[in-house]
Amino acid sequence: MADLRTNFAGIESPNPFWLASGPPTNTYGQVAKAFDQGWGGAVWKTIGEPIINVFSRYGSVDLGQTRMMGFNNIELISDRPIVDNLKEIAEVKRNYPKHAVIASLMVESKREAWHGMVKQTEDTGADGIELNFGCPHGMSERGMGSAVGQVPDYTCKIVEWVKEVATIPVIVKLTPNVTDITYIARAAVKGGADALSLINTINSIVGVDLSTFEPQPSVAGKSSHGGYCGPAVKPIALHLVSAVAADPSVKIPISGIGGIASWRDAAEFIALGAGSLQVCTAVMHYGFRIVEDLIDGLSNWMDERGHRTLADIRGRALSRVAKWEDLDLNYHLLAHIDQDKCIKCELCWTACEDGAHQAIRRLPRNNGGPVVEIIDEACVGCNLCAAVCPVQDCITMRKVPNDYAPVTWKEYAAGKGKLAPRSEQFHTATWSPSAKH
Amino acid sequence: MIDHARVLSDDQLERNFADIAPPLTPDAALLEATKCLFCHDAPCTIACPTHIDVPAFIKKIASGNLRGSARVILDANPFGHSCARACPVEVLCEGACVLNDRDEQPIKIALLQRHATDYVLEKKLRLFEGGRRTGKRVAVVGAGPAGLACARDLRRFGHDVTVFEAKDQPGGLNTYGIAEYKLKAAIALAEVQDILDLGVELKTGATIGSLDKLLTDYDAVFVGIGLGSTKRLGIPGEDLPGVVDALTFIEHLKTHPYRETTVGRQVVVIGAGNTAIDAVTQAKRLGATAATIVYRRSEADMPCYHYEYELAKRDGCGFRFNAAPQRIIGNGSGGVSGLEVRTDGGSETIPCDMVIVAIGQGARAELTWPKDHAKVFVGGDCANGGAEIVNAAAEGVAAAKRIDDMLAGR
Repeated sequence: MADLRTNFAGIESPNPFWLASGPPTNTYGQVAKAFDQGWGGAVWKTIGEPIINVFSRYGSVDLGQTRMMGFNNIELISDRPIVDNLKEIAEVKRNYPKHAVIASLMVESKREAWHGMVKQTEDTGADGIELNFGCPHGMSERGMGSAVGQVPDYTCKIVEWVKEVATIPVIVKLTPNVTDITYIARAAVKGGADALSLINTINSIVGVDLSTFEPQPSVAGKSSHGGYCGPAVKPIALHLVSAVAADPSVKIPISGIGGIASWRDAAEFIALGAGSLQVCTAVMHYGFRIVEDLIDGLSNWMDERGHRTLADIRGRALSRVAKWEDLDLNYHLLAHIDQDKCIKCELCWTACEDGAHQAIRRLPRNNGGPVVEIIDEACVGCNLCAAVCPVQDCITMRKVPNDYAPVTWKEYAAGKGKLAPRSEQFHTATWSPSAKH
Repeated sequence: MIDHARVLSDDQLERNFADIAPPLTPDAALLEATKCLFCHDAPCTIACPTHIDVPAFIKKIASGNLRGSARVILDANPFGHSCARACPVEVLCEGACVLNDRDEQPIKIALLQRHATDYVLEKKLRLFEGGRRTGKRVAVVGAGPAGLACARDLRRFGHDVTVFEAKDQPGGLNTYGIAEYKLKAAIALAEVQDILDLGVELKTGATIGSLDKLLTDYDAVFVGIGLGSTKRLGIPGEDLPGVVDALTFIEHLKTHPYRETTVGRQVVVIGAGNTAIDAVTQAKRLGATAATIVYRRSEADMPCYHYEYELAKRDGCGFRFNAAPQRIIGNGSGGVSGLEVRTDGGSETIPCDMVIVAIGQGARAELTWPKDHAKVFVGGDCANGGAEIVNAAAEGVAAAKRIDDMLAGR
């Protein structure tokens, strides 16, 4: 079985699966139960001066049969007294010494306040501190959370204050609500951060109740923008993790967060450079029990692929994230339809016809044979037909061999290399005013 | 004969005749609607004789636009309510669903159609209006699905329409002849009322013996009079009390409280078409101890749909194949005691106290019409020899278009 033990900036845990700071890590009872079920670590729900929450805090976006495809919240940090949270952290750490226990902190932007909070936290025996510079709602209006994480100088300054007294690793949690996250990441590194975690939630309004015109989640008829998370945000998180991981001036461990719900998601985050993984929404949806398959699935996949440790896969996809100008222009693809698998829904035809390159031909339905076929000379290999096809592996993209050496845009624009010939039809409009549709 | 009160309680009878395909809950409908792939040039739509745009109405259910969904259905098919309950979807839209080819259950199109159309029934929504009056007048003979579908669209085109119906109630076989567990008369009549509400005039109890006067008084005539009574067996004993034809049996059941319909303890149904199945299952559901189909040909020759055969078997009905009726035997006191059949092994008597005859309907003899008259149009069972509601509706709709073209001089 693959070795999933994790050492993240010096913080050790039996596996890379940590609960992210949030409702599932609010109490001793929850965290202890999660550890009993297999979670490797937990980032405690953000501790600070206790706040008062509103009623109705979560908004959900469903997609077809999938509930909570996207999810948002306007809940603030912990509403429990600091002393209670710290006492329970100490108790969890005492009872689960081999698990990672990290305190998430958020206090007002004063040096003394941060010093006091960090020292108290260290007394609990916690393995690390995560600075919540990411929450986009509520606390940001009070100059905390993403109000800090959106300004590189603030980020750097507060990390410096924390590092003046901290002896345990300090993780800075980044907000995605910025134009370029790498600026903030570099500021955290400059301030002395030991690690980064990302992404925090994304500014959002999940919807409007059309019978009342109340945005959701509604609080006495009004709402406020909240933090968006869940499976919907995973692609954004993957991109931002890879951008930070690839930045040569960052080079500190990254804890990946954002829509992780399955071992596949986890493996993708690791492949793009994550050293540990944090999960919240999937647990809020299905409970702590999901960790069993996170571990089992990741482990089985690693065994099948011959990867022994997480280090074997970490960052393996990173070198393949390139600039567009470095992609090979002579790599040509053609869609291929497996007619034996085709169920004749014609979704590929309508998608290609209306949404792409008019590269699929319809054949009469009544002859018992195929109803769609690829027009090779018009197909640009875009993947759309394969994406809409409801049958697995019915439409595949096949490489069209040519004798031309790879050439990138950068090379081609500089007058180097030769483009392989392309069909004339790529650039020819097939529409004419007289054509019947 | 059975004394219902001693056999089945009213509650049990209600359960026996409750909808065989209960409506979807809103959650189930949403779940089912989201499974639809939204095919282009969809095979389900092609398979439907009225060509309802099935993916479009299902998408509208998924988007929460039930009114719009029902409009798509009823625009194409004025009998969308009854078709949702009584259409042989296994051989039409659902049978054509591409998911069958993905080794999955097809989309439950009939139940989704019912979900959308029930909404407008419950909310009493008016989806269509009569068109601006053209001053042209059309007579429709027969208030069954063909005639009323034709009348509905003619009225939408703006023509004045009068429907003549021999029976007390409109709806034709929808009201009188569909198995009670599929379609209740109340639904059939509500569906008809929607059509009448457009301003279609209905004259019930009006038997038309000749088209001559109608052709003088009206600009066009549509004939949709359906078929005549059940054919005769032509064997001794068929006029004995205790012998009834299937349509009379079913009509009585549908127009009276359940326990007022006479049923035997041992019922034999002669014939193996879909009406025979309706008769045998309903005899069983009324409380018959045994209800058996007797058919002169083999199992493979049965003209009923396969799923109807399966339903009858699930209901516990019996089947005797390759048994040709020869004689119905009286019991000496005004009833029947058995049916003599000829089998490969010789003659045999099947004991029974009731015989239901379901060997198909003959043509209606009381009205004839010219076959190539420019102002006479025809559709439904009297034109196609007997088919489904959806075929009658499709033919009525198509005739309305042709009549409108003719009246407009197109």
